[in-house]
Amino acid sequence: MTALEVRDLNKAFGGLRVTSTVNLAVAPGERRLIIGPNGAGKTTLFNLITGEIRPDSGTMMLFGHDITRVPARRRAHLGLARTYQIITLFPGETLLRNVTLSLLGLSPLRWNPIVRIDRQAELMAGAREALVRVGLGHLAERPVGQTSYGERRRVEIAMALAQNPKVLLLDEPFAGLSIEERRDVATLINAISRDVTIVMIEHDMDVALEFAEQITVLHFGEVIVEGTRAEVVEHPRTREIYLGE
Amino acid sequence: MKRIALAGALLLLITLPFWIGNSYYVNVATQMLIYAILALGLNVLVGYAGLVTLGHAALFGVAAYAGATLINAGHGHIVAAVGALLATIAVSAIFAVLALRGTGLGFVMITVALGQIAWGIAYRWISLTNGDNGVSINARPHPFGLSLETAPALYWATLVVFLLAVVSMSIFVASPFGASLRGARDQPRRMTALGYNVWLIRFLAFLFSGFWSGVAGLLYLYYNQFVSPQTVALSASAEALLMVIAGGTGTLLGPIAGAVLVIVMKDIASAYIERWNFVLGAIFVLIVVFMPEGLVPGGLRLCRRVIAAARGPATVPAEESGE
Repeated sequence: MTALEVRDLNKAFGGLRVTSTVNLAVAPGERRLIIGPNGAGKTTLFNLITGEIRPDSGTMMLFGHDITRVPARRRAHLGLARTYQIITLFPGETLLRNVTLSLLGLSPLRWNPIVRIDRQAELMAGAREALVRVGLGHLAERPVGQTSYGERRRVEIAMALAQNPKVLLLDEPFAGLSIEERRDVATLINAISRDVTIVMIEHDMDVALEFAEQITVLHFGEVIVEGTRAEVVEHPRTREIYLGE
Repeated sequence: MKRIALAGALLLLITLPFWIGNSYYVNVATQMLIYAILALGLNVLVGYAGLVTLGHAALFGVAAYAGATLINAGHGHIVAAVGALLATIAVSAIFAVLALRGTGLGFVMITVALGQIAWGIAYRWISLTNGDNGVSINARPHPFGLSLETAPALYWATLVVFLLAVVSMSIFVASPFGASLRGARDQPRRMTALGYNVWLIRFLAFLFSGFWSGVAGLLYLYYNQFVSPQTVALSASAEALLMVIAGGTGTLLGPIAGAVLVIVMKDIASAYIERWNFVLGAIFVLIVVFMPEGLVPGGLRLCRRVIAAARGPATVPAEESGE
């Protein structure tokens, strides 16, 4: 069974076809890289998979379960988590509260209007652990506004990992990071257990190629090339569209 | 420190009828408490949900009208109160379902339209609401056999309800659901991706907000023993919204301070200044210019700055007190 499967997916914004008969099959535990020039429809594909936008046609399956018509919030409960290319945190809150909200999203406790959230020992311990995992344990009480860009990127990842997802979608996790920070984030991503299937969009070829087992090249919403790292890198079409040769 | 301040405030509030002098001022204080409850309820939407509404006077009015109608139909006060609150929650649910189709400006405009419909019904559906003449009730309720006919008695009864409202708000704000609501305000997309039902969170917040607005409306009925279409007019909704914004949205004390400010201007300053509306407007302009975050957070910021300046430049300003 595939962890994530996309069949004949189509999406057009007006006359612009951003996703054009895309097929994708990701095996459990696989590390998949999606590359393509700007405007290739990579983030749109993520938005379709997470349910933020609806496809015009096609189906999506999560571990054999048809999620095409499942609302976005339910997909999180089915084990799908994502990070954002443009950092999407709760700016006024502390790092701890950001991760707490992530944990709370899958817990029935989120509807409770009576108990004190900071007295929920299990929840708080889980959130701290998630921050420690990305090396931000010492900044738990700091508001997002007072952290660096690189730290925020790691909070993004901490929030996704805190949900213990089965399939994790990483949208350009290295964007805007310094060389040093890239190495930290790469170490972090490489340490994620094989129980988690990862699909990553990335422009940074150096870090990303090292990570990927299978690569999909998107161009104008279409899958142009797909295969192992070596196959894709050697493929003349890849060089033509993406590597610019 | 905080506890002493709280105990002092509570003592002042309880003993207010003894030191404030005549019963006119006791009644003014009662009005402040009633509008503070309304503003606290409205703040759930405006402050914590980030949904600005201009239709809350309608919910306040539904409770008052429903209460008065039930009392005049010969029902007891308990039936009337429960019926009035259920009616308010039902109307809140209708408002929420319609208004939550949009957020931001769309949400505001739908609440304005719904508020105007409520006003139209109060003004024109004469067989139900007695139109322009309004509806009166003959007597205030007697909870647990206590008469509320005197000004201090009604004040204390209102104070009890007000304190319940404050406590319920402070519990709500610190709860997981309160955190979910603020999350839905700040990052609705992310909240959906994290597994939250953003629509339902907002809907439930609307009901909670409507409930407290209804409680305020019912107290208003007991206080005035009369309700008229003016109660549900757009200007009444705007006034409630101004209380919240002037005092400080998304804070516990802000709406209370805002309600006190508006009632002071309306009931006390108006005796000395004919153009009190003008003065109130000027005060709002000053608040927006110098304390755009509202009186309470703005005042705290100024206090901290003054204290820091007095201690000398070396000291760091105190950390945010998380009101």
